[in-house]
Amino acid sequence: MANSALARGDNLKFATGNDAVVQVRDIFKNYGDVEALRGINLEFERGKLTTLLGPSGCGKTTLLKIIAGLVPATSGEIRVNGRAVTGPGPERAFVFQDFALMPWATVLRNVGFGLELKGMPAAERDRTARRYIEQVGLAGFEQKYPHELSGGMRQRVGIARAFAVNADVLLLDEPFSAVDEQNRRKFQEDLLRLVELEKKTFIFVTHSIEEAVYVSDRIVLLSPRPGRVSQIIDPMIDRSASPDDIRRDAGYLDVVEEIWQGLRQYAE
Amino acid sequence: MTLFGTRIPMMASLVFWLLVWEIVGQLDVMFLIPPITSIVSAGFDLVQTGSWQDASMITLRSFLYGMSLAIVVGVPLGVLMGRVKVIDNIFGLWVNMFVSAPLSALVPILMILFGMGETTVIVTVFLFAVWIIVLDARAGVMQVPTSLVEMGRSYGASRWTIFSKIILLSALPEILAGIRIGLIRGVKGVVIGQILVSIIGYGELFELYSRSFDMERFWALTMLLFVAAMLLSAGVEHFEKRIEYYAGAR
Amino acid sequence: MQMSVSPAKLDNGIGASKEAPPTVLEAIRTFADERRSFWIVVSLLVLFVAWEIAGRIPISFAFPTFLETVSAFGELVADGSMHNAYFLTLQPLVLGVVISAAVGIGLGVAMGLSDKAEWLLAPVFIVLQAAPMAALVPLVTFVYGIGLTAKTLAVIMLALPVIVLNSYKAVRHVNPSLVDMCRSFQGSRMQQIFKIIIPDASPVLFAGLRLGIAAGFIGVMLAELLITPTGIGDLITYHRSVANYAHMYAAVASIIAVSTLTLAGLQYVEAHLLRPEKRRK
Repeated sequence: MANSALARGDNLKFATGNDAVVQVRDIFKNYGDVEALRGINLEFERGKLTTLLGPSGCGKTTLLKIIAGLVPATSGEIRVNGRAVTGPGPERAFVFQDFALMPWATVLRNVGFGLELKGMPAAERDRTARRYIEQVGLAGFEQKYPHELSGGMRQRVGIARAFAVNADVLLLDEPFSAVDEQNRRKFQEDLLRLVELEKKTFIFVTHSIEEAVYVSDRIVLLSPRPGRVSQIIDPMIDRSASPDDIRRDAGYLDVVEEIWQGLRQYAE
Repeated sequence: MTLFGTRIPMMASLVFWLLVWEIVGQLDVMFLIPPITSIVSAGFDLVQTGSWQDASMITLRSFLYGMSLAIVVGVPLGVLMGRVKVIDNIFGLWVNMFVSAPLSALVPILMILFGMGETTVIVTVFLFAVWIIVLDARAGVMQVPTSLVEMGRSYGASRWTIFSKIILLSALPEILAGIRIGLIRGVKGVVIGQILVSIIGYGELFELYSRSFDMERFWALTMLLFVAAMLLSAGVEHFEKRIEYYAGAR
Repeated sequence: MQMSVSPAKLDNGIGASKEAPPTVLEAIRTFADERRSFWIVVSLLVLFVAWEIAGRIPISFAFPTFLETVSAFGELVADGSMHNAYFLTLQPLVLGVVISAAVGIGLGVAMGLSDKAEWLLAPVFIVLQAAPMAALVPLVTFVYGIGLTAKTLAVIMLALPVIVLNSYKAVRHVNPSLVDMCRSFQGSRMQQIFKIIIPDASPVLFAGLRLGIAAGFIGVMLAELLITPTGIGDLITYHRSVANYAHMYAAVASIIAVSTLTLAGLQYVEAHLLRPEKRRK
């Protein structure tokens, strides 16, 4: 299928108007003797949602954390908006698998925490936080503590916190894996709405094939041990249809089947 | 820590501190701190004396009696508290209170009740060690997964089989952890008991050396105690790790 | 009995829907399950009654009854000697605990944050915590005599290692995902330490502090019994020497009660003021 992302990875094209916000160049990552990632080359386009999909041990979360600047690569380079990444930066925001909410802080303070670290005055910070709390549907919960919220609501706090700093790139590490199935579907629909609305670049990690096909503009399949790019798929799902129709759509089901065929060799 | 690219094991810093001690001792800053080398040689002399050997026998005996008593009483009480709500409710308060109470204040009472001798030290060891053993045994029994008990029941195990084969065995790691902490507390108990009674075992020797300002022997005795306590703790930890090997699969 | 019990049950909304009227025994049981204070009273009663009976037999000439001990306690409070004794005992205790807490949390956090500090200090404190530090208490008298300094040092010797090791463990076990979160929002190292690491470590820091206070109580009693008879230690030693056993028992029981109440109070303050996420709504 569409393998074009690999083909257009040079700076020249980027400079001439290519819309790649994040460029991943020749990333290798070793943990001691274990090779986690080998020669990753990818580009992520503005306003699109790209999913890193693969079996456990394929290094998808590692790659995401390298892009975030949380984990250093052994070799290779990440560029965001053309600038090389040396650590976390204001143009990227991370959403954590385990939510990473401070249990001692209210929803309001958790959402505003990124702004607090930047030294934004309290009044302005709270105003911004309240806006994003409302946008993720948690209005009225500002003074609650994380332990008073369900798993799904906690991740909404995590997403609101990432949006509040107004980064160009949102990095989501299996954000819905600790959320129950009903809420998960609702979340996926909300995510699509947010991609539409915010015109940001989303990089999304999941191990669920259905989830990946449902939400992604592009899917990067990684193979394990060591992690390499094995395939790039553009699902081309017609999103104007209703969520339930999409899930029954023949094209949708074909893509799911195709990915499964690619991954089944890695199943235990 | 790594230095110049090589990893230096953590316990190596003890060597560094002993070196510092040796230098301070050689400089003769304080009569309290003799050089390590003379402490070690005093230690070699000490272990050959009859008074040290007798004191060690008495200390070891009090410790073993006290600990056996603590285990024999503590484990069943803890298991009972974990299984029977009423017993838990009645004893819980006292166990939780005594586990962190200043038991050194109780020793004078023990001295008038049990005399200025070994019995008092045995009871002190018991009192220092027993509460944490009770608490850990209780915690171990209470956190046995219900699915395990239900599994036993679904295969038709009798109540006794469930208790002895499932509940006790899966509580074993916690029970052992309690005994390990109990042993360390017991060492403190034997020392505190003997120092306060001060006419038997190491307590008598400590009293003797500190009155005659024999710092080399005082430190040698202390170091021997410290080493014994560390070895004991390391030994039980090693044993515990082997038990945890199967407990890890729970 | 049933009359006095049922209102409490109705208050809790339990039992109101039950069809059959509960028997007295059941009522007591439900009441007991709902009230922790009920069991506190019962377990206090059980021990006090056992104590009283043992004293009445008596199991030993030096074993006063519970009631004798209570009245001896009353006397000690009335003549002011209890008050004076606590004034003397609490000074080295509070001083020692405050110093141990400040130094111990500082060192422990440093060991948690820096590999070099860990390498240098962790083994020392691991040895000191496992070792019977009580053996060293007599040494203190050589240098610092028998005054407040010596007693304070005895408290520090017992309290410091456990506070250091718990603070160190607390920092090492901070949720790594929260630290990553702070880094991902470009938090500085100082922000990381003060906004994430210390708040997340604080439950274990507090547990260490409680253990340190418990050890401090042991230390101060050891010092007062061993080095110099002052404070509660003097009260115990003096009344023992004149065979006033009820007074002696009262002094011992009071220090155990004070230590228990201090620890319980600290736990309450921690749970209700400092940890909003643990507060029950």
